[in-house]
Amino acid sequence: MLSFIVKRVGQSVLVLLITGLVAFSMFTFVGDPIDNMLGQERTIEDVERLREQLGLDKPFVVQYYRFLEQAVQGNFGVSYRQGRPVAEILLERAPATLELAAVSGIFAILMGIALGVFTAIRRNGFAANLIMSASLIGVSLPTFLIGILLIYLFSVELGWLPSFGRGDTVDLGGWTTGFLTASGLKALILPSITLGLYQMTLIMRLVRSEMLEVLRQDYIRFAKARGLSDRVINFRHALKNTMVPVITVIGLQLGSIIAFAIITETVFQWPGVGLLFINAIQFVDIPVMAAYLMLISVMFVAINLLVDILYAFIDPRLRVAA
Amino acid sequence: MTRFFDSDIFYAFRTSPVAIVSALVTAILVLSAVFAPLIAPTNPFDPASLNLMNGFTRPMEPNAFTGETFLLGTDDQGRDVFSTILYGLRISLFVGVSAVLFAMVLGIFLGLLSGYVGGWTETIIMRAADVQLTFPSILVAMLIFGVAKGVTPVEYRDQMAIWVLILAIGLSDWVQFARVVRGATLVEKSKDYVAAARLIGRSPLRIMLRHILPNVLSPVLVIATISLALAIIAEATLSFLGVGAPATQPSLGTLIRIGQGFLFSGEWWILFFPACTLLALALAVNLLGDWLRDALNPRLR
Repeated sequence: MLSFIVKRVGQSVLVLLITGLVAFSMFTFVGDPIDNMLGQERTIEDVERLREQLGLDKPFVVQYYRFLEQAVQGNFGVSYRQGRPVAEILLERAPATLELAAVSGIFAILMGIALGVFTAIRRNGFAANLIMSASLIGVSLPTFLIGILLIYLFSVELGWLPSFGRGDTVDLGGWTTGFLTASGLKALILPSITLGLYQMTLIMRLVRSEMLEVLRQDYIRFAKARGLSDRVINFRHALKNTMVPVITVIGLQLGSIIAFAIITETVFQWPGVGLLFINAIQFVDIPVMAAYLMLISVMFVAINLLVDILYAFIDPRLRVAA
Repeated sequence: MTRFFDSDIFYAFRTSPVAIVSALVTAILVLSAVFAPLIAPTNPFDPASLNLMNGFTRPMEPNAFTGETFLLGTDDQGRDVFSTILYGLRISLFVGVSAVLFAMVLGIFLGLLSGYVGGWTETIIMRAADVQLTFPSILVAMLIFGVAKGVTPVEYRDQMAIWVLILAIGLSDWVQFARVVRGATLVEKSKDYVAAARLIGRSPLRIMLRHILPNVLSPVLVIATISLALAIIAEATLSFLGVGAPATQPSLGTLIRIGQGFLFSGEWWILFFPACTLLALALAVNLLGDWLRDALNPRLR
C-alpha cells in the first residue's frame, strides 16, 4: 500500500514539474521580459544589468529551478496588465469562484441524485421519460448558450434575477462573500444553474443506471418480500448501494466545475478567477496565465491523486495493478 | 458503388430515421457553408454593400428608412444576419474540420508509433497523453491559444487567429485518437500478416502505414465524427469568450458574442438565429456520430 502511494505521489510530482515547465516556458519564449520592464529609452548597459539582476544570463535549468522555488512560495511575479502582484489578484478573485463552484456543486449533487432516483423508480412514467430526453438535449447544448437562455428568460423577459455580477458582497477579513446579502444570493442563482447543469445531468444519469442495476438484486426482492415500504427499500437499501461510483464521479467533476467556471463567469461577468484568466489570454498577460495554469494543475493533480488513493483503499486489486 | 449500397452500414443508415434526418441537416448546412457566396444575398464583409441606415431591421419587416426587407433581420451595422450566418458557418466548419483532421493525423501517427515501436517512445507519448487528459480539453485549447497568440506579432494576430484556433483545438484533441490507434495497433502487431511483412524486409514505417493503418481505421472514423461535434462547440465557445475567431472573420461563436450585447435592448434576432444554427449543426453531427458508433460496433446492438 505504501509503495503504491509513494509511486502515485511521485507521478503527480512529475506531472506538476511538467506543467511548471510549460508555465515557465511561457515566460521565456513569449516576449522578452526586459522589453516589458524597460521603456523605449534604454542603454545596452541597462539591459545587461537587468539581465544579470533577473538571472536571465543563467542556464535554462537554473532559471527553471528558481522559477519553481518562487512558484512554491506563491510568487508569480507582477501582472503585465494590472501592475500588481499576481498572487494578490488571484487571492482577491478566488472567493467569487469558490462560492460559485460550491453552490453549483451542491445544486448538481442534490438535483442530480433526486432526479436520478426519481427517473429510476418511475422508469416508464411520462415525467421520467421527459426528464431523460431533456437531459440529452441539455448535454449537447454548449454551456454559454444555456447561460444566455437563462439570462433571456429570467433577466430580460421576467426581470426576476440579475444578469451579471455578484450583487452586494460583504467583506469578512479578506474573503468577500455574497452569501450574506439578498442581492448576492439572487445573483448566485443563474450562474450556479448554468455551471452545475452539465454535472447534474451526469450525476442523474449515473444514479439512474446504478439504481436500475441495484433494484434488480436479490436483496431488494427479499426486502420487498419482508413487506418493507417502498420508501425504505428505495432510499435505505437501494440508494445507499449506488453511492460509491457516484462519489467518485463527484470527486473527479470537482475540478471540471472550477475549469468550466471560466465560461460561466464570462457569460455572467462574474468577477472570479476564470474571468481573470480569459482577460489574461485576451491581453497576453503571461504571469496571470502561468499562475492560473499552475493553480489549476495543482488542483487537478491533487483531486486525481486523492481519488486514486481512496480507490486503492476500497479495492485492493488496484494496488497490484498500478 | 453497388457494394456500398448492399453494405450493412448503408442498410443500418436506411432504417434509422435519426441518422437520415441528422445526415440531411448536416448536408444542408455544409452545402450552404460551401456555397455561401452564391446563396448569401449580400457580402457582409464588403463595406460597400452595407448601409448603416439598415441597422437593426427586424426579420421579415421592411426597414423604416430604406424600405428594404431582410429574411432574418440585420445587426447594428446593417449587415444581413442571414448572410453573416452563412459566412460564419463557413468559418466554424472550416475550423472544426481542420482541427479534427489535424488531431487525427497527429493522433494516428503517435498512436501507431507508440503501439508498433513500444519501449521509451511509447512511455513518453502515452505519459504525455495521460498528463493532457488530466485537464479538460477546452482549458488546454485556451492555454495553447493564449501562448500562440503571445508568440504571433501583434499586427498579424487577427489574420492568424483562425490558424491558431485550429492548432489549439487540434492539439487539445489528439489523445483520443492516439489511445485508440495504439490499442488497435497492439492487437494487429501480433498478427501473422505483420510478421510476414517484416520477414520480406518491409521498413517499419511502411508496415505501419500500409499494413496496420487500414486495419485500425474504423474506430478512428467514429471518434473523428464525435470529435467534430466537440470541435465545433469548442470553437464556438472560444470565439464566444473572445479568445477565438476575431470580429473581422466572425464564426458562429463570434456572432453569438456580438448578439449577446443586443439582447437587453430587445434585438433578439441578432443572437437567436446564429445560436439556432450552431445548435442544429452540433446536434446533427453529434447524433450522426452516435449512430455511426452503434452501426460500426454490432456488439452494442
